[in-house]
Amino acid sequence: MELSAKKTFIEHFEQAPMYVAVLTFVGFGVGTVFGYLRDFMRAWGLEKRNVAQEREQQKDFVPLYQDFENFYTRNLYVRIRDNWNRPICSVPGPQFDLMERVTDDYNWTFRFTGRTIKNVINMGSYNYLGFAETDPNALKTVAKELQRYGTGICSTRQEMGTLDKHVELENLVAKFLGVEDAMVFGMGFATNSMNIPALVGKGCLILSDELNHTSLVLGARLSGATIRIFKHNNMQSLEKLLRDAIVYGQPRSRRAWRKIIILVEGIYSMEGSIVRLPEIVSLKNKYKAYLYLDEAHSIGAVGATGRGVVEYFGMNPNDVDVLMGTFTKSFGAAGGYIAGKKGLVDFLRTHSHSAVYATSMCPPVAEQIIRAMKCLMGLDGTTQGLQRVRQLGKNTRYFRRRLHEMGFIIYGNDDSPVVPLLLYMPGKIGAFARRMLEKNIGVVVVGFPATPITESRARFCVSAAHTREMLDTVLNALDELGDFLHLKYSRYSKSSHPELYEETRFEFED
Amino acid sequence: MAAAVGMGQQWVLVEMVQAFYEAPAYHLILEGILILWIIRLIFSKTYKLQERSDLTPKEKEELIEEWQPEPLVPPVSKDHPALNYNIVSGPPTHKIIVNGKECVNFASFNFLGLLDNEKSAAQASLKKYGVGTCGPRGFYGTFDVHLELEDRLAKFMRTEEAIIYSYGFATIASAIPAYSKRGDIVFVDEAACFAIQKGLQASRSNIKLFKHNDMTDLERLLKEQETEDQKNPRKARVTRRFIVVEGLYMNTGDICPLPELIKLKYKYKVRIFLEESLSFGVLGEHGRGITEHFGINIDDIDLISANMENSLASIGGFCCGRSFIIDHQRLSGQGYCFSASLPPLLAAAAIEALNIMEDNPEIFQTLRAKCERIHRALQGISGLRVVGESFSPALHLRLEDSYGSRENDVKLLKRIVDYCINSGIALTQARYLEKEEKCLPSPSIRVVVTVEQTEQELDKAASLIKEAAKSVLN
Repeated sequence: MELSAKKTFIEHFEQAPMYVAVLTFVGFGVGTVFGYLRDFMRAWGLEKRNVAQEREQQKDFVPLYQDFENFYTRNLYVRIRDNWNRPICSVPGPQFDLMERVTDDYNWTFRFTGRTIKNVINMGSYNYLGFAETDPNALKTVAKELQRYGTGICSTRQEMGTLDKHVELENLVAKFLGVEDAMVFGMGFATNSMNIPALVGKGCLILSDELNHTSLVLGARLSGATIRIFKHNNMQSLEKLLRDAIVYGQPRSRRAWRKIIILVEGIYSMEGSIVRLPEIVSLKNKYKAYLYLDEAHSIGAVGATGRGVVEYFGMNPNDVDVLMGTFTKSFGAAGGYIAGKKGLVDFLRTHSHSAVYATSMCPPVAEQIIRAMKCLMGLDGTTQGLQRVRQLGKNTRYFRRRLHEMGFIIYGNDDSPVVPLLLYMPGKIGAFARRMLEKNIGVVVVGFPATPITESRARFCVSAAHTREMLDTVLNALDELGDFLHLKYSRYSKSSHPELYEETRFEFED
Repeated sequence: MAAAVGMGQQWVLVEMVQAFYEAPAYHLILEGILILWIIRLIFSKTYKLQERSDLTPKEKEELIEEWQPEPLVPPVSKDHPALNYNIVSGPPTHKIIVNGKECVNFASFNFLGLLDNEKSAAQASLKKYGVGTCGPRGFYGTFDVHLELEDRLAKFMRTEEAIIYSYGFATIASAIPAYSKRGDIVFVDEAACFAIQKGLQASRSNIKLFKHNDMTDLERLLKEQETEDQKNPRKARVTRRFIVVEGLYMNTGDICPLPELIKLKYKYKVRIFLEESLSFGVLGEHGRGITEHFGINIDDIDLISANMENSLASIGGFCCGRSFIIDHQRLSGQGYCFSASLPPLLAAAAIEALNIMEDNPEIFQTLRAKCERIHRALQGISGLRVVGESFSPALHLRLEDSYGSRENDVKLLKRIVDYCINSGIALTQARYLEKEEKCLPSPSIRVVVTVEQTEQELDKAASLIKEAAKSVLN
């Protein structure tokens, strides 16, 4: 494996001009004013109440929801609700079929017309390596295992739920990542929320990135440890927290912390940024902390052979204490894994909440992961896996470069297949998604509260299965729409002025 | 008038200057010192309370050098009982191969034996959709199969709406924190399963445990809460209250007294959340659960949550109830919004299972008869007692007296289980996380009854357990 001595780490987080922020707030203000007006009309019976109501017999119970909690949902979200939860009726590959649905009462209820919109280009599903496919040849082994095992397990790992399939899968995952042992779980979200409490408890310190996923936050909260947040990908902030933690100890009692664990993700799905792994590893070695890396989006998607950010930076998997990831994104299946030293995995086999109380992964899904991983590792005798990884890299770079050239503001690292395109204003969220669907392209838009209030965005997930023609279709549509909706906020043309982070002091262990 | 005021002001000023000259010296000096002190305080640096200003950078470096953390995980001994678990080769159906031995399966929760019957539907779904959904429900992860399954579940349970989750554990653990927040009160049974405990922990509400199935204890707690409310009516008006119970308890095998709970609900204005993982597809004439068993109107229960991993032999979970309640989880159920949706082949398998349940309602009677048979047959074993209702398909066998410590009990039960596995009956011990459970149940052996077990197999299992108990415990 070649180590790149000076990895150029190019990330962009351009700020929009000031007038954009102002107009965004104006947009939200108008929406809020109309919201109050509508609420007033509803309270006085001038307008129909479309929300479901409490039972007559329970009207004198304490109300289940406070009115003001749902203000945003009722008045702003419902207006553009048709852009989410769009049902599909085919495999979520590079193109899919959407079920056409219409609303007669401004998005309060939907009905299906029965027609399907065919061959919509899919820029929303996490199908990075294109393993979401229905090719019978590819799914031959999965169909066989389904016929042999069925779909259920009906037991937990520690009781009667460990099948030989799980043992096979765990050995393969460990081999793939280059670590001693691995353990698989039935759900990616639950992998975080049920294992972090097993690893840390009261008296420990968790240093968590600002933009960590909900599952990491939930796992950290359930553990009972103290949580401190450092600014996104900011090493100075992290180092300051580490120093203060060790020097001053626990608050009030001044006792030393039992252990310190750093929670980061490989690729952050809302920003498209990649974690600064070499710096974090050197920090953690210096201050004797532990590192928990959640590679949900980066496993399979970055790295020369798809082995995640560890390979991307040319590092040793043993540098990271706990390697966690999910199989939902790059492998087209479901579930999660935790890998690392044998002692760690043995501990999780005995103390993880999931091993004792939750059902294990179902065999056909396990087989899908096995065949995808074998393909990636080249064990099936072809170079298809490597081709997919390379194609994804090519598609990513092409897509990002063209978007930069067109003048959109894109966040994130040049190598990340998650591409957030900034929309800013609330009105544009709905307009963008609807118009893209009219052009037969399915996109994902996200707004507050998943993102900061001024930074609503559209998020594209590039896939290895996208052909150059599909990407060009999307890019042309974006070009047109960008001019129509005035989305080209970037003040830098081409990539003449990216922010380059050149690492000049890098400590390598040979 | 103004002139007079002006004159008055001037006159006050003159008086002030005169007072200044007439004041005693010490008074003036004191005031001068006070003014100087105020000026000094305004312009001096503020102090940070946390920083110990006596630590030099060198001392900080030393502290950082010296600090030694605990190892990431404590070492686990090789013969920890949980490390030597059973490995099943092949499918966990009626005839199961455990650790290389062929046995009759008395350990998997495959109550209705549907594990073998859903394959064709799942295969068709696999051909059409592939395996994974590659996205959460909000971002193109909603398939028509999911919508169909939700529809079918709502119709089957006769409620307005149902919502499905991709993992059974996450269902109740995400449903509770979606409604109950910090400051709300939840009354929960002591024997509640671990998923409920985690949901309660995530919700940060006030938890009040009442003794298992003890309605007088619950009423006492409710009355105490009522008197608290009278002291602070404004707070009481916004504090939500919930009772969380299970239909058929996993840890004790008995059912909750639902009619009394409904009475308490209307008397004290508390909402009921019912967890029906074990009782869905088991109790009731058509398998609709404990509400059908007692003949209660399903609208009286606010939320019913169940997992599809037991009777439906699939993966995942669902919640059903009125739209007013269920719709809220579509935006605030964490396991729903932030996690990928259920693979379509598992949803198709669940639909097929529902079809079978609706077409063959006699399997519930068959299951109940088998449960009663084995419940009778397991009575009278010296050293072991049966814990659970006669119609519960998941029973526990506990030691009548403890043999010293929990560790010893676990070892003895393991020997009984091993004896049975060696003779062709697959059993398992009920596993718990000893340090994490709120009310740790005693060690026990799980006995699971399914419709596929024949009467000879049931009798054989009972006699084998008797033999094992005699040989190990005497």
